[in-house]
Amino acid sequence: MPVNLNAIAIVLMATSGIPGLFMPRASAWGQRIATCMVCLGVLAGLTGVGIGFIHPDCTIYILPWQASRGALVGIDALSAFFMVPILVMGGLGSIYGLSYWPQKRKARTAPKLQFFWGTLMAGMSLLVIGKNAMAFLLGWEIMALSAFFLISTEDDRKECRESGLVYMIATHLGTLTLFGLFVLWRYATGSFDLVPMPAAGSSVLVVNLLFFLALVGFGLKAGIMPLHFWLPGAHAAAPSHVSAILSGVMLKMGIYGLVRMLSLLPDPPALWGGLILFLGATSGLLGVVFALAQHDLKRLLAYHSVENIGIILMGLGLAMLGRSYDRPEWILLGMAGCLLHVWNHGLFKSLLFLGAGSIMHGAHTRQIDELGGLARRMPWTATLFLVGAVAICGLPPLNGFISEFLVYVGLFRTFLQPMHAASLAIVAVPALAMIGALAVACFVKVYGTVFLGLPRTQAASRAHESQATMVIPMLVLAISCLTIGFAPGLVAPVLEQAVAAWQFHPASTVDGLALTTLVPLGALGSMVLVLLAASILPALYVWSRRTVRKDVGTWDCGYARPGPRMQYTSSSFAQSLVCLFKSILKPRTHEPDIQGYSPPPSAMASHVDEVVLDRALIPGFQSFRKRLGWFNRFQQGQIQNYIFYILAALLALLATLVPFRALLASLLVS
Amino acid sequence: MNDVLNALFVLILTLNLFALGNGRILSVIRIVAAQGVLLGILPLLMHEHLTFPEVLSSAAAISLKGIVIPGIMAKALRDAQMKREVEPLVGLLPSTIIGALVTALAFLVFSRVDPASRSDASLIIPTSITTVLAGFILLTTRFKALSQVLGYLVLENGIYIFSLLLVEAIPLVVEMGILLDLLVSVFIVSIITNHINRAFSSLDTRRLASLKE
Repeated sequence: MPVNLNAIAIVLMATSGIPGLFMPRASAWGQRIATCMVCLGVLAGLTGVGIGFIHPDCTIYILPWQASRGALVGIDALSAFFMVPILVMGGLGSIYGLSYWPQKRKARTAPKLQFFWGTLMAGMSLLVIGKNAMAFLLGWEIMALSAFFLISTEDDRKECRESGLVYMIATHLGTLTLFGLFVLWRYATGSFDLVPMPAAGSSVLVVNLLFFLALVGFGLKAGIMPLHFWLPGAHAAAPSHVSAILSGVMLKMGIYGLVRMLSLLPDPPALWGGLILFLGATSGLLGVVFALAQHDLKRLLAYHSVENIGIILMGLGLAMLGRSYDRPEWILLGMAGCLLHVWNHGLFKSLLFLGAGSIMHGAHTRQIDELGGLARRMPWTATLFLVGAVAICGLPPLNGFISEFLVYVGLFRTFLQPMHAASLAIVAVPALAMIGALAVACFVKVYGTVFLGLPRTQAASRAHESQATMVIPMLVLAISCLTIGFAPGLVAPVLEQAVAAWQFHPASTVDGLALTTLVPLGALGSMVLVLLAASILPALYVWSRRTVRKDVGTWDCGYARPGPRMQYTSSSFAQSLVCLFKSILKPRTHEPDIQGYSPPPSAMASHVDEVVLDRALIPGFQSFRKRLGWFNRFQQGQIQNYIFYILAALLALLATLVPFRALLASLLVS
Repeated sequence: MNDVLNALFVLILTLNLFALGNGRILSVIRIVAAQGVLLGILPLLMHEHLTFPEVLSSAAAISLKGIVIPGIMAKALRDAQMKREVEPLVGLLPSTIIGALVTALAFLVFSRVDPASRSDASLIIPTSITTVLAGFILLTTRFKALSQVLGYLVLENGIYIFSLLLVEAIPLVVEMGILLDLLVSVFIVSIITNHINRAFSSLDTRRLASLKE
């Protein structure tokens, strides 16, 4: 039953964009039909997911497909858990697109966007419920290609084309690795079915190779730090609701793949957990440091995705350590933190990207330093963005806090056992704390520059609030964030079930444990409420006694007539922190050459390169091209040359047929 | 019967050399058409007992290769208003000489390869190899789009001759499929020729290289 519903959902979503392709360009009905079909699919899918949670031992489809002998699709608690963000975000984003990317103004690109939006959702859903490597890869490729077309929606802009190309290369590298992974899987287990590998009889080398292939292949999609190079450009170039689903949901498919694969591999050595924990801490720290140095709102948010993937990986690493050392409470806490952060990041990052889209819609720019004072002009967006910002910083009343808290508690628990090798994991705690602090700094910068103060440009001063179809999806996301934040007890049973589904090896060790006994989730909720009341009541008191407000600039050193240009910019706010991390960021400043007593007006600018792409990959590939330039002589695009190559190859092959010796003999003897 | 067959093969070989040595595209089209007609006759001579489908396939081959395809190409040529292959990579005389050398070599090497099933046509393998190679020479040394198509046609003729060895084994459907393929490809190229001509105001396929990245 649940699988049936999900199959219906997949078909509805995959075909949702097709009517729009055949409608006249001026008609808005294609878009409306697509949104309706996506929403219907989402309802069907959510029902299926709900039933899947209640009856975890679900039916499994077996389709008459040659490539897969065994089960093709099926749903368990882990699949159901990852289905939720896909469906929620896909539906909300589709509604958001109605006024953000309306057919009327974007006649050329809107049908394309609708179509690939549907296929992206269908691909991700198929991947998540795939119980066979073939179904998984099919979903994976549908997802990857749809995402490519979504990123390059505005293909008339050079920036979008380049980002799309970089993404395409990255995703194909990942797919190549996954092919290797599943071929090896088939070799090791004898089938393409994704069922747990038997602990006995699997060679250490093969299992380790499987792990590293999975880490690289899925890491490329998830955006783990050295493999994140495609991410900032792609997220900045795509339309905002596409960025939201890419960042909030598609990155998680990499996490899902890794989580699923790890659950199938037997006897993980401690090295795996340690490595994942280390990668998580690195991604988290570097992600937020790079985010601090960005001037582009969407690039900044994209780097925060890297940071949050880091936090998710820290939870996963802790759980893997728990499996290695047989500590059920580490597994439960780490995995619950990891999974809950998957949901949470999906919610608040989507909210922030939709907010960024709303800002771009109202003010027509995404450069932070060209905005300002939007809180007055876009009150809804400002409030909802604030909710998202507080959530992403992991501050108490919101959901980000809960998942980070689970990881914190789990990491502290590794220290309860003195003189244990896993106690080294405790060094991840300060890393996590630092990530949180830097994230707060970063969002203070964003919120202060974008929403407070005075508008810095004409465009910002003419900004207007977005339509209801854009505000309502954001509102839903914000309410979800608040719900998880205030009542974390609600998600505890779901999390426990998903963790239990993850735990194949050794079966059901977490059964005796409950999340609520390890972490006082209920008390946490009420504590949060008290804290909130304690901070809101004085604020309300002050607000009720407020005097007349007027537009004034931020205090800026007591100048007599402060203007918008005297405000702190995002660069100046972040400068001290950027300087602190100068050795990693290597910011480049373009300073003017000022000479003479009355120099002409001049400008300065600074920017930070994308570390992997701009400093390693592009120079590397350029020198590669230079060194292999001679090969271009053979590859000129002239058909005559290619035919000549075929001829040469043909003659060489024919020459092997010729009985040279007999020929020579006959020529010489007779 | 054998003598007639061998005479036909020699005729085909001669036509190869003519095709290599002729600069006027219209003449080459006619030469290739004549070759196609000869090829259509060959299976009729090789069978002891003719059946209706075989006659039908021969008739189809003759009418396609002898009339329809040359007709399409001649029309494309007229539309493009172009008569000669102006600057082949290798001159006309040298390419004829190369063709002759290739023929000699093929006979030297392959006349000793025993055609497994048929002893009555010892010339089949060398002729077919020579024709394939002649097609390749045309393809690699000529630059106009139409000359290239002619090269493909000669190449296909060579393969067709080789398939006569397996004449019992190849079912009618396959042969018809190949013919249809050929017709469609010539059709498409003739249309493309027009487009290339309009876009680049030349039929030189080297210009297409400017489309690559």
